[in-house]
Amino acid sequence: MSESLGTDTVAGSQSQGTFGAGGAGVTASPAPPRAAARRRGRARMRLEITLLSGPAIIMFLAFVIFPVAVAAYYGFYRWHGYGPATDWVGLNNYKLIFTDPAFQQVLWHNLLIVVLSLVIQGPLAIIMALLLNQKMRGRGLIRVLIFVPYVISEVIVGTGWSLMLQANGAMNDLLGHIGLGALQSDWLADPNLALWTLMAIISWKYIGFAVILMLAGLQSIPDEIYEAAAIDGASFWQMQRRITVPLLGPTIRIWAFLSIIGSLQLFDLVYIIWGQYVSGTAGTSTMAIYMVAQGRDAGNYGYGSAVAVVMFLISLVVALIYQRFVLRRDLRGAVTEGTV
Amino acid sequence: MAAASSTRVWTPAGRNRDRRRQKEQWGNPVTYFIALIFIAVCIAPVLYLVLGGFRTNSQITTSPAGLPHPWVLSNYTGILKSSTFWGEFANSTVVALVSSVGIVALGLMVSFVIARYDFKLKGAMYSLFAAGLMFPLVIAITPLYIVIKDLGLIDNLFGIIIPQIAFGLPTTVIILVPFLRAIPKEIEEAAALDGASRLGFFARMVLPLSLPGVVTTGILAFIGSWNNYVLPLYVINSQRNFTLPLGVQQFSSQYSTDTAKVLAFTSLAMLPALIFFSIFQKRIVGGLTGAVKG
Repeated sequence: MSESLGTDTVAGSQSQGTFGAGGAGVTASPAPPRAAARRRGRARMRLEITLLSGPAIIMFLAFVIFPVAVAAYYGFYRWHGYGPATDWVGLNNYKLIFTDPAFQQVLWHNLLIVVLSLVIQGPLAIIMALLLNQKMRGRGLIRVLIFVPYVISEVIVGTGWSLMLQANGAMNDLLGHIGLGALQSDWLADPNLALWTLMAIISWKYIGFAVILMLAGLQSIPDEIYEAAAIDGASFWQMQRRITVPLLGPTIRIWAFLSIIGSLQLFDLVYIIWGQYVSGTAGTSTMAIYMVAQGRDAGNYGYGSAVAVVMFLISLVVALIYQRFVLRRDLRGAVTEGTV
Repeated sequence: MAAASSTRVWTPAGRNRDRRRQKEQWGNPVTYFIALIFIAVCIAPVLYLVLGGFRTNSQITTSPAGLPHPWVLSNYTGILKSSTFWGEFANSTVVALVSSVGIVALGLMVSFVIARYDFKLKGAMYSLFAAGLMFPLVIAITPLYIVIKDLGLIDNLFGIIIPQIAFGLPTTVIILVPFLRAIPKEIEEAAALDGASRLGFFARMVLPLSLPGVVTTGILAFIGSWNNYVLPLYVINSQRNFTLPLGVQQFSSQYSTDTAKVLAFTSLAMLPALIFFSIFQKRIVGGLTGAVKG
């Protein structure tokens, strides 16, 4: 587009405009000044692009991309975090990771958390969003309250829930008071229960985000479709099943993507509630817990970096597969090509 | 789209809105019932924390799930008088404000380039930031710690702020690009005809028109920073640099026998993010809608 622009001012400030084309074609201005102006315009544009996007890109490369590259480097060394890394061990760290039964266990926990998060939160969030999308009073307040657990930090959620769920804590006391004393349990320490306790806390904390996201998606569905369906005699639930859920598809798929990645990276809640060493026996440990326990806490930074690389690769593979097969329609031209 | 939804507020459509409000019925009682149960589940644990701070330890021991009887203020007042709490509060505030400003400023600039300029690397740039969504902080924390250490920023608030800005950029770019794309070409053309440069257009037209998206990303950045735990856990060693999440954790292990005090501290630590969010929550939903639609 900018190829055909005529005047200096326009060339300097135009990338998507359309009006320059006709004028430039009609006016028979001599070629050399135009070319010079165009070159000046281009140079100016390049300068603007550099100035505006440079800082963000440098920050991003230095503190997001570069650390991952550094991890890939240290992952080949036995290194304890001080002095230069010299003890090259090749792929040995990676061999250790995949032969360590502890890692297989945390990987299994992560996969369970991924699946359970989707299965528990997805349907609940969709139903809540459908209910809350109806015209009713106090809807605004309800939306705020649902978002509250999401806004509170993991540290506070973890501290609060671990106090409530202790054997002599509020949850068991409450169960006793309402005649459900038979359900009293050691929610955090019982290895058969701990993972389910964790899932309950995760669902409680993150479902608000799912509901809000779905509500945002619902708002973009035009009312006319429902009006037409109502004229055709569709019932409320028919409309939800045939119209809403399919049209909500993109939102659901994006939420599921964020949920999967989040579940693979789960760290804070588990670390705060169960601590780094107990969590293995409680059956709630995750890859990130394993990474921190091996790297920072045990001082094996080389090994910890290798675990970080494995986590990164697992997330990347999952993300690529998901984008390829699930998000393809929604993100076509967004992530893959960069233009809409 | 974003512009359209915000202009709706400015138009003198008050009468229209009144009519719509009259149409708003009370809704189905079953809906209310389910919604109330859902909200009770969401809110009860939070209330437990807040109310627990008004109890004494003996009340908590004898009846962990009971209401305060009598109400005790000393837990809260004790913490509000402690310099530790306010020091951590100040650190969290500084970190959250500087990080949010950095995230929004840098994110807006790069989003503007991606949304409104035509150049070869545009797609690659967008993909780079979109891919960043896949790298939450935890994954990079071990090597990031090494980078921060090499920069001499360990136990320094900037050791939290700078990485937070970098990790906040992907979400910001993803949310802002659709907003900036939605600004009609005609406005840009008119600005160009009036002699405004592209940067002038950015300052005078883009900033105000993309305000809903900017506010959304700003709030998300602020809350994300306020709640960040992993990065401070790695970077900060000394108590005078603690942020509130570290403070909560330290307080709860230090006073592990004084549950009431821990509950009070925890409640006070979550208040700022909650207040901040309640003030701006409409904007968040609005911003997300714009991004999801776009």
